[in-house]
Amino acid sequence: MTSTPPAPDGAPPAAVDGPAVSLRIDAATPLEPHATGSAEEQPVLAFRGVHFYYGSFRAVKDVTVDIHRNRITALIGPSGCGKSTLLRTINRMNDLIPHTRLEGQVLFHGENLYAPYVDPVEVRRRVGMVFQKPNPFPKSIYDNVAFGPRVTGMKGNLDDLVEASLRRAALWNEVKDKLKQSGLSLSGGQQQRLCIARAIATEPELILMDEPCSALDPRATLQIEDLMAELTERYTIVIVTHNMQQAARASDYTVFLNMAEDRAGYIVEQDETTRIFTNPANKMTEDYVSGRFG
Amino acid sequence: MTQATRTASGSSLVGRPGRRRSERLAKAVLMAAAGLSIVISVGIVLSVLAESIMFLSQIELSQLSAPGWFPRRGMYDLATLFAGTLMITVIAMLLAGPAGLLAAIWLSEYAGLGTRNRIKPVLEILAGIPSVVLGFFALTWISPNVVKAIFPTASTFNFLAAGIGVGILTIPLVASVSEDAMRAVPRSLREASYGLGARRTTTVLRVVLPASVSGVVAAFILAISRTVGETMVVAVAAGATGGSLFTLNPLGPGQTLTAAMASLATGSDQVTGDSAAYLSLFFLGLLLFLVTLALNVVGDVFVRRTRQRY
Amino acid sequence: MSVSAVTTSSVQRSLRSGGRDWAGFVFEIVLLLSLLFALVTLFVLLADVLAKGLPVFAERGLDFLTSPLSSRPSQAGVAQGIIGTLIMAVLVPLFAFPVGVLTAVYLEEYAPDNRLTRLITVNIRNLAGVPSVVYGLLGLAVFVAAFAALGFGNGRNILAGALTLAVLVLPLVIITASEAIRAVPSTIREAGFGIGASHWQVVRTLILPSAAPGILTGMVLALSRALGETAPLILAGAVMGSFSTGGSLGEILTGPYTVLPIIVYDWARKPQADFRELTSAAIIVLLAVTLFANAIAILLRNRYVREW
Repeated sequence: MTSTPPAPDGAPPAAVDGPAVSLRIDAATPLEPHATGSAEEQPVLAFRGVHFYYGSFRAVKDVTVDIHRNRITALIGPSGCGKSTLLRTINRMNDLIPHTRLEGQVLFHGENLYAPYVDPVEVRRRVGMVFQKPNPFPKSIYDNVAFGPRVTGMKGNLDDLVEASLRRAALWNEVKDKLKQSGLSLSGGQQQRLCIARAIATEPELILMDEPCSALDPRATLQIEDLMAELTERYTIVIVTHNMQQAARASDYTVFLNMAEDRAGYIVEQDETTRIFTNPANKMTEDYVSGRFG
Repeated sequence: MTQATRTASGSSLVGRPGRRRSERLAKAVLMAAAGLSIVISVGIVLSVLAESIMFLSQIELSQLSAPGWFPRRGMYDLATLFAGTLMITVIAMLLAGPAGLLAAIWLSEYAGLGTRNRIKPVLEILAGIPSVVLGFFALTWISPNVVKAIFPTASTFNFLAAGIGVGILTIPLVASVSEDAMRAVPRSLREASYGLGARRTTTVLRVVLPASVSGVVAAFILAISRTVGETMVVAVAAGATGGSLFTLNPLGPGQTLTAAMASLATGSDQVTGDSAAYLSLFFLGLLLFLVTLALNVVGDVFVRRTRQRY
Repeated sequence: MSVSAVTTSSVQRSLRSGGRDWAGFVFEIVLLLSLLFALVTLFVLLADVLAKGLPVFAERGLDFLTSPLSSRPSQAGVAQGIIGTLIMAVLVPLFAFPVGVLTAVYLEEYAPDNRLTRLITVNIRNLAGVPSVVYGLLGLAVFVAAFAALGFGNGRNILAGALTLAVLVLPLVIITASEAIRAVPSTIREAGFGIGASHWQVVRTLILPSAAPGILTGMVLALSRALGETAPLILAGAVMGSFSTGGSLGEILTGPYTVLPIIVYDWARKPQADFRELTSAAIIVLLAVTLFANAIAILLRNRYVREW
């Protein structure tokens, strides 16, 4: 993969806070597979004191989290605690809902995603998303995967890109003979892997998954989890899940959110996944991961 | 990996100016189209309003009540036209109301899905028949074969035949809006009734119909609006001549708001220029617009009420 | 509640009687008869028109379709009406469909959810309920007047008529297109945005293709409606009686015009019995056009009922 240096393009990113400059150099260097996910490394994504509002209702309060490269970070918590909302702040999908507002900073390689000069469309091109229900377009399998590269104006051999994306989503062998068939003709698990292929075809650095297995049967769920593990070779993944076994099995780092008295979601505890599930610091976390509430 | 390269990889997150421009262009074009639609609707009201005011300024208000509607003789009796319109509406609704509602009940509650899907298109075809065709049918078939068969004294051109024609045209509207309302009643409500051992008739009359009453009312109001505005059936079958005396006789000929407009603009009766008779056309249009607007607004309220309930 | 009271009593009654539900049976018969009434009427209408009109075709064949208007029944034909209706079928979509669909896209996808937008939406719904004859006034006061002012004779030409009908069906086009766009599942929209498509890209590549069958159905219905309209064109300048048509396209577009429904109206008012048959024959031609369009619309819709 080739990366071009920052283009002198539109508004200058001078509005970014101090560390941004050095970090953007970091962003321009090619990704190294199997880079260590150590804490000292600069995070791919960092929430800094994030509050999120629907109108006057605060859905998420005071979130500060680092998301590290090539790791899977799971957001868990009872329903309504704002984990999906938090996930959607990363690719600015919440912008599509009127009367929403974010306070604080979401830093992508140190660059604030909510700076005035940032184009949400550009953000979404670099942050892929997989949704709760498999939602392939009513187009052929090929066109589903090729959609992103086409709209983002990527150059190069589209056939190769589609094949590579489908291979990486572990779907190629099942669909290589029927690329012209509708994406909707696939099974649920296949549809979701198609959606993953579609998301990685634009070569994002970060993939967001919003309860990607909640509509799938156990076998398809395991397939997706295996796939996620493989994907961490190249990508950084943030997953929202209500399934604690899934978080325990599949993620490296876990963020546990709960609802406060005012119904705003906040972080109770975050740590390495093994620690959250074996030796949590907080009693509430222990109760939740052991299934006593939620 | 692949030959595809990402443009502007690693650049700041500023969008490409070219795409932003086309995005703005698309929005501007769409907005212009929407603006045009608004201009048109404002245009209707303004053009009709201006000429109506001119009409009212040219005549004595006493001319609006006369023994009849004879625009070329300066007699603009509104009561004549409203009486005619009222007769058409009553006759049409007496036919279309029950026929449309009962048909809707059968389609919604009794017909199997296959039957329903075959019959609905036929109703839609009935709705798609041009009204001038139904006018001709009312004049040449309903009038001699139905009206005169029952009332031998009726004239060839008569309100009854025209009203029946308008009613036939309105049945599909009543049926389709009512059926939508009944189908919106949740299955659970019906099952609750059947669970108590109620018969189908009871369930329909005591559960489904009361639950969908707003939708049925909406259907009737929208149908009334339609019958008030129907022009061609009346113009052909009720005898749209230059004028008419005040009448409430459904077996004789006469004028309605709409038919009077058609005859003002038709053939040798055609009036032009800035004469009061020509301007009266716009005054009638304004009255018609206001009456149907009021009916549609009220009907719409009922339609939305059904939608919100479930 | 009264419902439960009634149902209990009906339960008791049915347990006691145990026989057939005669009242229910009669009720269903009444319902069925009501429905049959509409269907039978349609059948009688078509049969009557065919019985009266087909002999004209049997006697004169294509001559009826290719002859111009005439005051002599034996020579009168509907050629000018067919030409007029066909020109309308080209011009009305040309004017109404782009504006209508783009307006729907704006209202559904771009317009902010505020009071003004809601007012516009309600306004458009109400416009759809305005009687067609009132649109004729608009045609007369705006389009005919404008063409007259621009020096096109008295302004009563087919362009003015087509603009009038375009305005008439515009609300219908907007409403059906809006409904089709709204019916596209939000998951499709989200997926498109999630990949990094811009708003217009989402609209163009995902929403419009998915909504296309619904939009198309609305368009065909609107066209069928426009081609069957008479009242607006009586006001907006269609010619009653016979006239001669110019040869060139320019003359056709700016000269006197008529359409099939106007011919039906004109002939239906003639006292001579011969014209009764001619009217029926003209109706057959008119119905062939409008019912054909309608049938296409219904087929389109039933065929593309999407399952998400």
